[in-house]
Amino acid sequence: MNINLTLFFQLLAFAVFVWFTMKYVWPPLVTAMDERKAKIAEGLAAAERGQHEQELAEKRAKDTLHVAKQQAAEIRANAEKQAALIIEDARDKAKEEGGRQLAAAQAEIEQETNKAREVLRAKVAELAVLGAEKILRKEINADAHKDIVESVANQI
Amino acid sequence: MAASDTITPSEFIKHHLTNLTFGQHPNGDWGIAHTAEEAKEMGFWAVHLDSMLWSILLGILFIAVFRKVALRASAGVPGGMQNFVEMIVDFVNDNVRGSFSGKNDLIAPLGLTIFCWIFLMNLMDLVPVDLIPRITQEVAALFGADPHHVYMKVVPTTDPNITFGMSIGVFILILYYSIKIKGVGGFVGELTGLPFQTDKVWLKPFTTVVNLILEGVNLIAKPISLALRLFGNMYAGEMIFILISLLYSAGIAFAIFGGALQFVWAVFHILIITLQAFIFMVLTVVYLDLAHAEHH
Repeated sequence: MNINLTLFFQLLAFAVFVWFTMKYVWPPLVTAMDERKAKIAEGLAAAERGQHEQELAEKRAKDTLHVAKQQAAEIRANAEKQAALIIEDARDKAKEEGGRQLAAAQAEIEQETNKAREVLRAKVAELAVLGAEKILRKEINADAHKDIVESVANQI
Repeated sequence: MAASDTITPSEFIKHHLTNLTFGQHPNGDWGIAHTAEEAKEMGFWAVHLDSMLWSILLGILFIAVFRKVALRASAGVPGGMQNFVEMIVDFVNDNVRGSFSGKNDLIAPLGLTIFCWIFLMNLMDLVPVDLIPRITQEVAALFGADPHHVYMKVVPTTDPNITFGMSIGVFILILYYSIKIKGVGGFVGELTGLPFQTDKVWLKPFTTVVNLILEGVNLIAKPISLALRLFGNMYAGEMIFILISLLYSAGIAFAIFGGALQFVWAVFHILIITLQAFIFMVLTVVYLDLAHAEHH
C-alpha cells in the first residue's frame, strides 16, 4: 500500500489508453452508429412515404372504380333505352306489316268476290236465258232478246 | 489457503494485501521485494508489478475488443459483439451528453475508457481470491522461488497507486481545461473571487485568502475523493472476500457457510464494481464540465 512509481506508470498507461480510444476506437463506432441512425430515419421516412402513396393509390383506385361504375350504369341505361326502342320499332313494323297483309288479303278477297260475282252473274244470265229458252222455246229468239236478258242479269 | 498450512490467518491476510514490488533494495541492488517490509523500504522508486501487469493487461483487453469491433463496425445490422459494444458506447455517450454541456471530443472516449477499464479491473475482484496468487506461487516455485515470498495482488483498483494514477490524470485534465477555457486569470479569479465577494478594498485580501483556501480544498478534493472512493470500496470488498475465504479452513460447517457467504457477497459485489466504475466516469465528466463552465 505504498505510494510509489506505480502511480506514474498507471498515469502513463491511462493517457495511452485514453488517447488510443479517442483516436481509434470511438470515432469508427460512433460514425457507424450515426450512419445507422440516419439509415433508420431514412427507412422510416420512406415507409411513411410509401404509406402515403398507398393511401393515394387507394383513393385513386376508388375514384376510378366509381367512374367505371357510373359509366357502366350509363351504358346499361342506354342499352335498355335502345332495346326498348328496337322493340318499339319491331312492334311498329309488325303492325304495319300485319296491316299491309290484311289489306292485301282483303283486296284479294274482294277480287275473288268480284270474280265470283262476275261468274255468278254470267251463270245467272245463262240460267235465265236457259230458263227463258225452255219456257219460250219457240217464239223467243235468243239473239233478239239479248238486251233484255242482259239487263235482267245485270240487276242481280 | 495460501502456500503452506502452517501460516496464520494474519499472515494469510497480510500476504494477500502485499503487492509484488520491484525496486531498489536499501543495499543498492535492484530486485523484487521478498516481504512487505522490504517493499516499504524501497520507498518511492519502486513499481508494483502485479498491479501494473493486470492493469495494463485489462486495458489492452478493453482496447483490443473495442478496436476489433470498431474495425468491423458498419451501419448495417450489428452482430452480437458489435451490439454489446455499441450498447456500452451508447450508454457512455448518453451520460456524457447529459452531464457535459460543452463540446469536447476527448470527454466521451475518456469516459468510455474509464468506465470499461475500471470495470474490468474491479471485475478481478470476483475471481476467487486464492486462484491467481496460488497459481503464481506454484509457477514461481518451479523457477526456484520461495512461494512464501511471491506476492500477487490481482485487483489493481485495490492499489491506491492505480486509483490515484487515474484520478491525477483527470486532475491534470481539469487544470488544463480550466486554464485553456478561462485563461490563467479567469482560473485564478475563480479560485479567489468566490464564494465571498466584497466591494471594499481593505477587505479584498481577507476574502481572497479565505476564498483561495476554500476553493483550493474544493479543487484538491476532486482527485482525492475520486481515487479514495474507488480504492476504499474495492479494498473493503476484497478484504471481505479474504476474510470469507478464511472460513474455509475452520471446519466443514464454516466452509459451507463461507461458500454461501462468498456467493452472496460476490452477487452484491457485481453491483458495486459496476457502480464504482460508473461513478468514476460520471464524476470525471462532471468535473470536466465544471472546468469548461464559465463562472461569474
